Amino acid sequence: MAKLKVEDLKRIKQSVQGTVNLRDGNYRVKVTVHMGTCGIAAGAREIMNVLLKEVERRGLQDVILTSSGCAGLCSHEPMMTLETRGEAPVKYVKLDAEKTARIFEDHVMHGNPVVEYALSMGSETTY
Amino acid sequence: MEDLSLHILDIVENSTAAGASLVEIGITENPREDLLVISIKDNGRGMDPQMLAGARDPFVTTRTTRRVGLGLPLLDQAARETGGRLEVDSAPGRGTSITATFQGSHIDRKPLGDLAATMISLILGNPEVDFVFESNAGGVQCSLDTREIRKELGEIPITTPAVLALIRKSLTGGEEGAHTDARDEGRNDGQAQG
Repeated sequence: MAKLKVEDLKRIKQSVQGTVNLRDGNYRVKVTVHMGTCGIAAGAREIMNVLLKEVERRGLQDVILTSSGCAGLCSHEPMMTLETRGEAPVKYVKLDAEKTARIFEDHVMHGNPVVEYALSMGSETTY
Repeated sequence: MEDLSLHILDIVENSTAAGASLVEIGITENPREDLLVISIKDNGRGMDPQMLAGARDPFVTTRTTRRVGLGLPLLDQAARETGGRLEVDSAPGRGTSITATFQGSHIDRKPLGDLAATMISLILGNPEVDFVFESNAGGVQCSLDTREIRKELGEIPITTPAVLALIRKSLTGGEEGAHTDARDEGRNDGQAQG
C-alpha cells in the first residue's frame, strides 16, 4: 500500500487554496447520514460513499456531508437528513445507492425534494 | 454487520460520541498464532465500573433515542463465534480501549471489508476528531495519522474531497475497492456468481 505522500498533500493545498470556503455554517446544502449501529448495519456507509462521489465528481464547494447517530427510527435505516439553507430539513428513509443518487440530482442540485423517498418534511432534527 | 470494517465504524462512533479527540485503531494479523486482533483506543470520557460491567449487555445504553445498544454486544458475539473474545478497559476520565481477538482462520470469522471506506466515513462524520490507523492485514503494512495530514494542510479542511480521495488511495494502494483480505475476494466472487 502506498504511503500518503506529503507532496500530494501540498499539491492539493495549492490547487484548492482560495477556493475552499467550507467551514460549518457556510454551506448551501448539508447532508447528515445517520450512522448508529442500526444505520451502519443497514448500509449507511455506502450511502455516504455515494454522496462523497457525487460531491467529488461535480466539484461542489457548497455541499457538506456529515454523520450523526441513531435517530430512533431504526427500521427506516439507512436514513439521511438534507438541510437546504432557509428551507425545512427533509429526512429520507430506507435508502439505497440509486435512491441516493436521484435525491442528489433532484434535491441537492435542483432544489426539488424527492417526496416519495421522504419520511416527512418540516419537523426534523438531525440529532 | 457484514464485515469487521463495519464493526470498527460502529465502535469508533461510540468513541466520538464520548467526546474523544483522538481515536487509535489498530489491526494486527498474526498468522503464526492464527490471530486477528482489532484494537480501538480513545481519549473520551470513559465509563464508570457500573457502565463497564454492562458494556456487553444489549439492554444497557447511554442513548435516549432507544433502549438498546448493540455495538459492543455485536462485536463481542462476532469475536466469540471464532473462539475469540472482546476485552473492554475503561475508567472515567481515562478513555476507553477495546480489544477484539479473533481466530483468523475460523470459518465464522467475518472478512475485514472496506477499511478505507470506514476511515473516510469516520473522518467525514467527525472532522474535529483525529484518527490514527495502523494495519498489517493481509501482510501489507499501512498507516494513517490525521494529525500529520492536518499539519500539512494548514487551513484546508481535511474533509476536502480531493484530500479524502488521496487518503483512500493511500489505504487501498490506488485500486478502487481494493481488498485487504482474501475473504473479501471470495465473498465478492460469490456475489458476482449469485
